[in-house]
Amino acid sequence: MTSTSDAVSISGRMSLENYVLALADDALIASHRLTEWVARAPQIEEDIALGNIALDLLGQARLLLPYAGSLGEPARTEDELAYLRDERMFRNVSLVERENGDFAVTMARLLLFSAYQHELYGRLLGSTDPTLAAVSAKAAKEVAYHRDHAEQWVRRLGDGTAESHARMQAALDAEWPWVDELFDGTWLDPALVADGVAVDPADLAAPALAWVRDVLAEATLAEPEVRPAVSTGRDGRHTEAMGFLLAEMQHLARSHPGAAW
Amino acid sequence: MTQHSDLWEVFVRPRRGLAHVHAGSIHATDAAMALRNARDVYTRRQEGVSLWVVPAAQITATSPDEQDSFFDPAADKTYRHPTFYEVPDDLHI
Repeated sequence: MTSTSDAVSISGRMSLENYVLALADDALIASHRLTEWVARAPQIEEDIALGNIALDLLGQARLLLPYAGSLGEPARTEDELAYLRDERMFRNVSLVERENGDFAVTMARLLLFSAYQHELYGRLLGSTDPTLAAVSAKAAKEVAYHRDHAEQWVRRLGDGTAESHARMQAALDAEWPWVDELFDGTWLDPALVADGVAVDPADLAAPALAWVRDVLAEATLAEPEVRPAVSTGRDGRHTEAMGFLLAEMQHLARSHPGAAW
Repeated sequence: MTQHSDLWEVFVRPRRGLAHVHAGSIHATDAAMALRNARDVYTRRQEGVSLWVVPAAQITATSPDEQDSFFDPAADKTYRHPTFYEVPDDLHI
């Protein structure tokens, strides 16, 4: 029934949907984890800072999810994608779904994730896909601030007291195995990269990690020598923490379908 | 952590050409973090284009006890206002 060109465009739409969902889910799940800090941060100022960052990420997700939803067949709304998808359908990396741990863990994760996002959006500004380019124009500025916030804290905790240094180093050691998945592009349709729509995550590793290493050096922290974790979030196979996260995030929408303020 | 944080006073310049105006105070461990905390707390809704942070301990303020001697003497000196004086008709400004 479908001609060859239709088949190509349908598969192109599917791989674009998959890509946009991956970016959106990273932002959505990272945002949810950060909101868990609100009212629990070390200072009220940090409550607000983490809340701001979480809302920036939620804003990115809210631009990307409707776009991903429009590419699918049938089309889905952002609420359907955020609140009614099952765990296996989420495309985020494992790094962002992991439990918060102490403040040092959250800062280690924000440092790594924002270093990746900074390089990603910096390049996606030039995407041939106008929606992705527009989202990146907004997100690039936001992420630059997230990156700075993480850097400020990692430098202070790393180069602070013996206790803060030990906890910051332990946090880095715990999160480092999950970094590789950010730069894994094997799940991505190479045609999207060739067409200038997507950015190959592998190209982001060198600049993002170079920046992270500079911060670690200033913070007197050692780059962890740990083996990468087996991380399969992009395929929808998540760590144990993800189910609990989704249960909390989706509970209201699933218990009261169609509820509105 | 809070016990290691100092209090900083925050001044926000709402627009280019206007002066920085005191907005409130925040806690921070040092000046760089104070600026960032001030940004997060006081410019979330586009309130400003420039920020100053000043250690609260560095501000010398008048005391409420001195209110009378500091400020009241100005109350009955209306001649300090330009409107106190009548401009002569034949003065062309």
